Amino acid sequence: MRRAYFKANWIAALLVAPQLLIIFVFFYWPASQALYWSLTLEQPWGGGNTWVGFENFRTLLSDAYYWNSVRVSFVFAIASTALAMSMALVLALFADRQLRGYKFFRVGMIWPYAIAAPAVGLAFRFVFNPHAGILSYINEVLPGFWDPTVNGTQAVIMVVVAGAWKSIAYNFIFFLAALQSIPRSLIEASAMDGAGPMRRMRDLQLPLIAPTFFFILVINITDSFTDSFGIVDVLTGGGPARATDLLVYKIYADGFRGFDYSGAAAQSVILMVLVMALTFVQFRYIERRVHYT
Amino acid sequence: MIERTPVLNALTHVILVTGLLLLLFPVWIAFVAATHDMTAVNTAPVELWPGDQFLVNLEQAWAISDMGTKFTNTVIVAVGVVVGKIAVACITAFSLVFFNYRGRMLVFWLVFITLMLPLEVRIVPTYAVAANALSPFQAMLDATGLTALIATLSGVQVNLEWNLLNSYTGLILPLVATATGTFLYRQFFLTIPDELVEAAKMDGAGPIRFLIDVLIPLSRTNIAALATIMFVYAWNQYLWPLLIITDRANYGMVAVELGTLVPDQFTTGGGTPTWHLAMAGTLIVMVPPIVVVVLMQRWFVRGLINTDK
Repeated sequence: MRRAYFKANWIAALLVAPQLLIIFVFFYWPASQALYWSLTLEQPWGGGNTWVGFENFRTLLSDAYYWNSVRVSFVFAIASTALAMSMALVLALFADRQLRGYKFFRVGMIWPYAIAAPAVGLAFRFVFNPHAGILSYINEVLPGFWDPTVNGTQAVIMVVVAGAWKSIAYNFIFFLAALQSIPRSLIEASAMDGAGPMRRMRDLQLPLIAPTFFFILVINITDSFTDSFGIVDVLTGGGPARATDLLVYKIYADGFRGFDYSGAAAQSVILMVLVMALTFVQFRYIERRVHYT
Repeated sequence: MIERTPVLNALTHVILVTGLLLLLFPVWIAFVAATHDMTAVNTAPVELWPGDQFLVNLEQAWAISDMGTKFTNTVIVAVGVVVGKIAVACITAFSLVFFNYRGRMLVFWLVFITLMLPLEVRIVPTYAVAANALSPFQAMLDATGLTALIATLSGVQVNLEWNLLNSYTGLILPLVATATGTFLYRQFFLTIPDELVEAAKMDGAGPIRFLIDVLIPLSRTNIAALATIMFVYAWNQYLWPLLIITDRANYGMVAVELGTLVPDQFTTGGGTPTWHLAMAGTLIVMVPPIVVVVLMQRWFVRGLINTDK
């Protein structure tokens, strides 16, 4: 801990004030409002609030559409995380061999991080378009085979691929950094013991980056619950027939299109609890990573 | 590497090239679509090689979306968010590390917990706050009975109002709070040796002087790393501007503008979809952050990894 401090604590208070004011107004107040709204029945923009206890949650949990949204969100979270992480891991493992062109490949894998979610959504909307996209070839032979605007499963596949594509870069950066932090002497020692490159990947590098792997896993799942709005909104709009109605999208649709503030607030509270649980897991783990290395 | 493995090296290259092509593929298809005219784009076999309509389409997409205004707005917001976040993160971390006061841990945890409250989970009430940023204070005054007290004492009915909808302040201010930036700065400040602080104090420098003349010059790489990440973050904002900006002609941002380029029945009225323009617009919007990330690669990667997001 530090020994030398400045005195003049009024300056210290002044310095933290801006951040505290902003997080109070835009984070804590809205979060507590969400909790309050979820327990009352509110008329939009003023009017009376009637205390209804857990009635909103009860309505929500007996709503088949909500459960559909939960199911779709978990499918999306698991599928896009699995796809993005496995691709990023393979690419990072091989990029880490640092053969010729390594720097070029590294930049080549990183740039998709910079693309906005709606831009990814719009590009994939064209790529998967049944009339003009890449799968229009199949539709020439088998008319009507591919049409994500009608077929719910295909729409989910489309959203998963777009979501995974967007997060590969992020995962790649972390995997590569973890791989490069493995001491070179370890790799060389195992090579002397006769372990070939593939053997080293399996028995040395993979176990050593396990903490990063777990960290990335939690981040990916959290992000796919919260950060998927832009892609879904532009790519499918939650359709067809609610097939891609993810939790965040449903909150937005119920709150701002349906003007059901209490319902949207109840959904927000549930999602908040989910995100908190995931963040908690993530930081429990970070505590342990300190001991690991 | 360590040993000669020609087969594996070849395989490595095959895997990396395949990965790169897979990543490039959708953007390539979008680019190609942006280089053809409407008929070519909409006839069934998808075009795989560029045509000659690129500049025409770019110009048209730029014009129909009024990208000039949107670019200006997005740059204003991005710069505002970047500067705001860095400044706020820097002074908060400075206060947490170089002063010793009660409540320090409380401040730290209050900032930390905001990580668990992304915009998406508190979107409806945050929108209500943006409609009147002083409503939390009004509500507290009402609840404590102070409004009534002031009304009876002075005859003034307290009615605080500050509408942030359709304004740059509304776009920037809620995004300025930053837990990750604060942590990045805190980590850096913790590496500053005590001797440096003592030396500065001995030379008669107060805290502000120390911050401006010693810490800020030292944290230049930190600033570069944070600025890159935050620029990409701000440029790509979608949900927040979508909600609080209804006056898109004056305050629209580029990412939101993409939503209006989606060729569906709303925009084409059942006519032929204008994919060539949509894709040209997509390219226009995605290029600036890509350029920033590629140019600032080193700092960007470092910042991303040090903040652990």
